[in-house]
Amino acid sequence: MHYITSADVTRLELKANEIRQSIIEMLYEAKSGHTAGPLDMADIFTLLYFEVLRHDATNPNWEDRDRVILSNGHICPVLYATLAYAGYFPIEELMTLRKFGSRLQGHPHRESLPGIETSSGPLGSGLSQAIGMALAERIDNPYSAKYFYCLTGDGELNEGQIWEALMLAGKEKLHNLIMIIDRNGIQIDGDTQDVMPLEPLAEKLEAFNFDVQEVDGHNIRAVNDAIGKAQAVYSQPSVIIAHTIAAKGVDVFERDFRWHGNPPGKGPEDRVPRSEQEKVALLKLRTLAGTISLDDL
Amino acid sequence: MFALHLDEKIQNNSAPLQVPSRNGYGEGLLEAGKRDERIVALSADLTESTRTLPFAEVFPKRFIQVGIAEQNMASVAAGMSAMGKIPFIASYAMFSPGRNWEQIRTTIAYNNSNVKIIGAHAGVSVGPDGATHQAIEDIALMRVIPNMVVLAPADIHEARKATLLAAKYDGPVYIRLGRSDTPVVTTPESPFAIGQAEVFYTKKAGVTKSVGIITTGTLAYNALQVAVELEKGDLAVGVLHLATIKPLDTDALDDFSADHDIIFTIEEHQIAGGLGGVVAEYLSEHHPKRIIRLGIKDMFGQSGEPNELLAHYGLDVKSIINTIQQTLAF
Repeated sequence: MHYITSADVTRLELKANEIRQSIIEMLYEAKSGHTAGPLDMADIFTLLYFEVLRHDATNPNWEDRDRVILSNGHICPVLYATLAYAGYFPIEELMTLRKFGSRLQGHPHRESLPGIETSSGPLGSGLSQAIGMALAERIDNPYSAKYFYCLTGDGELNEGQIWEALMLAGKEKLHNLIMIIDRNGIQIDGDTQDVMPLEPLAEKLEAFNFDVQEVDGHNIRAVNDAIGKAQAVYSQPSVIIAHTIAAKGVDVFERDFRWHGNPPGKGPEDRVPRSEQEKVALLKLRTLAGTISLDDL
Repeated sequence: MFALHLDEKIQNNSAPLQVPSRNGYGEGLLEAGKRDERIVALSADLTESTRTLPFAEVFPKRFIQVGIAEQNMASVAAGMSAMGKIPFIASYAMFSPGRNWEQIRTTIAYNNSNVKIIGAHAGVSVGPDGATHQAIEDIALMRVIPNMVVLAPADIHEARKATLLAAKYDGPVYIRLGRSDTPVVTTPESPFAIGQAEVFYTKKAGVTKSVGIITTGTLAYNALQVAVELEKGDLAVGVLHLATIKPLDTDALDDFSADHDIIFTIEEHQIAGGLGGVVAEYLSEHHPKRIIRLGIKDMFGQSGEPNELLAHYGLDVKSIINTIQQTLAF
């Protein structure tokens, strides 16, 4: 297992904060897109790309890289920002998100941008693709140490294809498959508990022959430990249910399903007027939610 | 006259051999699998009837049984292709691409994945299983997807060649196959290439009025019989077989259309969006000409024997001749 120190955690938290600021700026500039999921997955993306993954930004097609398959493509601002900070393409390019001619399509297109393992947007098909990759790897290299990380939303688990895929992964005992669910409790139409209840989720996944862990998705050390344990499981696929706070990092956006599909400047107005949403979000992030003064920066 | 590369029995007007075209997939897949170890096959609980079984028996480690889950199968194949495999996914056309069209569009075609999609049991000639199992929309569904090649072989030999060529082609390919016994019209040596139409029958010379029949898939034999029958009278008839629906062989269509006064298309598919749609779209832009589309006309299929059904939907030899004669009488 890969251990990280408290200094690593601080470094990663600061990096995640930078990524969150870029997410706000990108979405504000784009005037459309999803805010909550990208913000609440920033810690996990940062941990993956700056600590866990075997990858090489200068050689995105390196054959021995670990694979990250983003199934809920609508949270791509966090993928794009993390890839840019990791060196896959210039950070300035982030501001082209969703614009005509941009490599940063509204939902990821594999053929457009380095570091994108698959096109996604229509929900529920990423897990199947991660399984296909893991199956192919097993044919060529049964003792492979390559890992296949599939990131999904929780609302996405409404899709029937997810459960088709879970059955197959369990049947095939794909030990190098690690699914990470963003359990932020919201989807476009409301709270997941109201739209389509998923609980008891851990028990369901266990019944599909997965090794299941639940973790605080913002506790970088805890997520790192969970990934390490998942890597060590050799007889089953693994899933980590990452409990996150929707729109984590900007308290006035947090836990509100109306921030699922709106960018700053177009979100609900009861806590912050639209004209202030970008500014307030950036201020919250730069001052670590008011714990430090802007003057100290 | 018949193209010289067609089967001898066809040339001699004797009863042709009858074999399901899906058998050609089984032969081609095994052959391709022996040549290229990157080839893998996936099945959604229809391994025997799609003729995937011989491959599965010879290469058990390269065969994935996904259960009755066509959406998962399409995306699993996309994932395998991202790792360098050449996956063939086979099911009935009603379920793949019928059930999993979006997964094919996004995870296979939009990714330009090297996945081959085999839709068996296409057309009303599926027979007794009835409308739920008779895919008569699949050409339309697949030809509108960018990057997708669409093939509809005439018989077992063309199906085998289509499979072998699809294995070598880098990109997504759809191959449409039939369930029932189908007359063998070509030979292992007959020419076959992706994107290439073949003239199966050349009209006789010295007659003023000529009819061009364009067909695809397993109705080629019916088209040939119609040509022979009509040429006994004072009509000249040609038959062009489009085994590739996409990319369209526009050169062949240009020539064929220039050579004939009126065009009839014949297919076991909805005329909207199918072969009739393809031909009408192209010719109306480039060589406006009267085109009569024979096929399924905005209806569902039903149970029955293949021959009964083809007759009911106006696709047996007698019905096609009647339609052509009635059309020409006006």
